[in-house]
Amino acid sequence: MMALAVLVLVRTRNLFAVIVLSGIYSFLMATLLVALDAVDVAMTEAAVGAGVSTVLLLGALHLCKSEEAKPVHRPWLPLSLSLATAGLLIYGALGLPDFADPAAPIHRHVAPRYLQNEVDVPNVVTAVLASFRGYDTLGETTVVFTAGAGIIALLRRRRHPRNEDGDHGK
Amino acid sequence: MSGGLLEHFSHIVAVLLMVAGLHVVMARGNLIKKLVGLSIFQTSVYLLYIAPGKLIGGTAPILAPEYALYSNPLPHVLILTAIVVGVATLALGLALAVRIREAYGTIEEDEITAADNAVQDAEGAKP
Amino acid sequence: MESSLVLRVVAKLLIPFILLFALYVQFHGDFGPGGGFQAGTIFAAGIVFYALVFGLDNARRIVPDRLVEAMLALGVLIYAGVGVAGLLLGGNYLDYFVLAADPVHGQHRGIFWVEAGVAVTVSGVMLKIFYMFAGRGRHDGDAA
Repeated sequence: MMALAVLVLVRTRNLFAVIVLSGIYSFLMATLLVALDAVDVAMTEAAVGAGVSTVLLLGALHLCKSEEAKPVHRPWLPLSLSLATAGLLIYGALGLPDFADPAAPIHRHVAPRYLQNEVDVPNVVTAVLASFRGYDTLGETTVVFTAGAGIIALLRRRRHPRNEDGDHGK
Repeated sequence: MSGGLLEHFSHIVAVLLMVAGLHVVMARGNLIKKLVGLSIFQTSVYLLYIAPGKLIGGTAPILAPEYALYSNPLPHVLILTAIVVGVATLALGLALAVRIREAYGTIEEDEITAADNAVQDAEGAKP
Repeated sequence: MESSLVLRVVAKLLIPFILLFALYVQFHGDFGPGGGFQAGTIFAAGIVFYALVFGLDNARRIVPDRLVEAMLALGVLIYAGVGVAGLLLGGNYLDYFVLAADPVHGQHRGIFWVEAGVAVTVSGVMLKIFYMFAGRGRHDGDAA
């Protein structure tokens, strides 16, 4: 299903269809995350990926042209480069631990301590997010804030002093 | 440690999604299409992080007396923040695309380069 | 923006529940799936839904720009303020054990305020981004 959505997404040139497909893709990704026990992440992915970012992409699309131009040069070079990357990465992935291997390093390092529930909050994800890794989350919040400030700086200006940019374009 | 292709199915799916996103970013000239490709690339990274945390027979990391085996909560935390930061940066990229569209009248990479070259040629011819 | 009657009625019925669900996700985040990031986006999505159905101006009247911009900064300040409070009470920065007499209770208090800060910032940023894009689109449409 997801492979199908991605393939169509790569091929389609109508940007509206691309955006709707990416919303569908996000929902599929969210269901996959539920299957992998990451309920918090799935919830965020469904709300953010399928909800907010679809609306944002549509809003940006409203300001731009909705049809993508036909590419002038053939995509053989990027295609071969991507396939070479894929081959290399899959070869590398064969050396990684097996799927759901309890002896993998990821399950041995700090996770057992997180699961001991020192702070008495049943949802371990929340506990780790806000308590054990508070600095990380503070940084992430600051990044989100900075992105918001950047967007305000980029889009706030009203259209009166347009001539400078306009000259540049012509 | 190393098994057959079946044991690495999740890794292979992640790699294929990542490469599809990479291909879109490299091969397509449209800026919005590029950003969608970039977000596909991003979701493949989510998958790459979440999949190793799963344990067969484990449950979601919400502690309850009935369960003893939980999936690893650490990747969930990292990816949770990554998603929200991802949408914020996506919006920043879209804002840049909108501004480029206002300055150049297009969001196709080739046309932007052509416009830049034309301006450069005109400036070079003037003095 | 003219919407059909069905859409308006359904939106009016649904939006309070969306906002309520956002609050549930926020405050129940300790026990079930949820937390500041999810609650912030769900809250913003509720307001965005309102704006889509009833028009941007009505949404701006309910949640004005000034408030949204204040939320942007306020969330980060709440988060950093929890850290400073820990400092003032004799712990390390972002150390929650000192926030209450009982260390575990202090952890709960710290997590609560940190999540609140995250939710405020995230919902503020999402709403602000939406306002920026949507507002610009309307001006463009008028000019063209």
